[in-house]
Amino acid sequence: MMLIARLVRITFIGLVKLLVGANPRWEASAPSLSQTIYFTNHASHLDTLALWVALPAEIRKQTRPVAAKDYWGCGRVKRFIALKVLSAVLIEREVSRHNDPLSPLLAALNQGNSLIIFPEGTRRTQAEPGDFKGGLYHLAQAFPHVQLVPVYLDTLHRSMPKGSWLPVPLICTVRFGFPIALQAGEHKKDFLTRAREAILSLI
Amino acid sequence: MLGQLVELEADCKFYWLTGGVAALLVVASIIGWVLKRRLAGQLQVNEKSKKIVENLISRVNAWWVMVAVFAVAFLAGKLGTIILFAFISYFALREFMTLTPTRAGDHRALSLAFFLLLPLHYYLIYTEWYALFTILIPVYAFLLMPSISVLAQDTEYFLERTAKIQWGVMVAIYCISHAPALLLLEIPGFNGQNALLLFYFMLIVQLSDVLQYVFGNLFGKTKVAPVVSPNKTLEGLIGGGISTILIGTTMWWITPFTPLQSAGMAAVIVVMGFLGGLVMSAIKRSLGAKDWGSMIEGHGGMLDRMDSVSFAAPVFFHLVRYFFTP
Repeated sequence: MMLIARLVRITFIGLVKLLVGANPRWEASAPSLSQTIYFTNHASHLDTLALWVALPAEIRKQTRPVAAKDYWGCGRVKRFIALKVLSAVLIEREVSRHNDPLSPLLAALNQGNSLIIFPEGTRRTQAEPGDFKGGLYHLAQAFPHVQLVPVYLDTLHRSMPKGSWLPVPLICTVRFGFPIALQAGEHKKDFLTRAREAILSLI
Repeated sequence: MLGQLVELEADCKFYWLTGGVAALLVVASIIGWVLKRRLAGQLQVNEKSKKIVENLISRVNAWWVMVAVFAVAFLAGKLGTIILFAFISYFALREFMTLTPTRAGDHRALSLAFFLLLPLHYYLIYTEWYALFTILIPVYAFLLMPSISVLAQDTEYFLERTAKIQWGVMVAIYCISHAPALLLLEIPGFNGQNALLLFYFMLIVQLSDVLQYVFGNLFGKTKVAPVVSPNKTLEGLIGGGISTILIGTTMWWITPFTPLQSAGMAAVIVVMGFLGGLVMSAIKRSLGAKDWGSMIEGHGGMLDRMDSVSFAAPVFFHLVRYFFTP
């Protein structure tokens, strides 16, 4: 099982590079092994893979993408890819009374993992990210020592927009920006606006 | 002596040529190493010459990789060569479309260009269906790609988008594919040696680029087209062009040409390659970029290396087909 997961992982990395390149560009900070939440704009099914591939191998090993449980949690193949190949953290999309959707993320952070999250929650068709949901703020509050690195994925909304079933191979440059931090007493809304602007500044 | 060269088996010629190219690269690598050592020994280092030397070294290293890839593909035979060029076209088209502002309505036409048109076009070379090969993209892709895009009913910049997509497909697939298409020509008295003709063509195009770069860096003063391509100089063009033609003349023994014809062909390749470099540079700049990509260390993208090939290949192909096939 482990071997299959490893082979699938290598195949994915090769395919993503062949399809969209996923060339990393560290605009402000150098890649670092310290615990990080990478937050990025969400415009296509390739986003998670592209960011994951762009990370240096050492960092990729400790970084887990966050994926929706209702989609990736059902079906053997999808579950295998999500859990064994990408070691994704699965979360509920809907907030319900008995369950905090963030709790699996908090658990992963407690274990020392880094995360890839999409603060918008859903895919968009435009190049710019939409408004952020509150999740990023709550994570930043609970884990003040974890770095928050904004990432912009530049061509994927054209490569594989919502609703398309065949990609167009375009070179995606994965731009990593300067880490931001939650300031003392900063309001949720202000912080989320600032986080979104950190991504916009990479465009 | 020269007569003996012509009599050699195609395989044997191929090994001699690859050995020759490898020897050239060894010399280039040594020059790069010596220049680097010399710079390291200087107290005051000129930033500009340091940059040139670093670029020279990474270019030579990239050449080693490119030559190795080509040698393997050539040894794998016709299929290997065609697959190699299909990938070159794929990467070139990917670079072109990345810089081209297309819209959501073009998505389906673009996907089909990459995953249907490109393999089909190269498959036609493999099956030697020449008639369809010549019209597939200029006629059928030209008519059908906008027909697919129009279904999205997005009229914003429709002509611009359609024209740009057609241009990209023409340059990246159609034009570049004329290099491996040399394999389908039936030249009397040259049976089984077409791979050598492709080798000759690629060698002359690339030598022309390299020698223009070398002569330009050594003696370049007069810029030919400073706005479009600041690195192209008259001295580079003349020095590099003439030396390429001389080398081309001495390479006649791997072609169906006489030495004089070989000189003429090399001259055509030099001129078309030069024009290709200029035009592709102007397109790149009009799309707002300095390099097409960053695939090949020191050179830029695939299209930065293939710009001269894309212009020289169709013309060389047609000249050979017109004058050397029945």
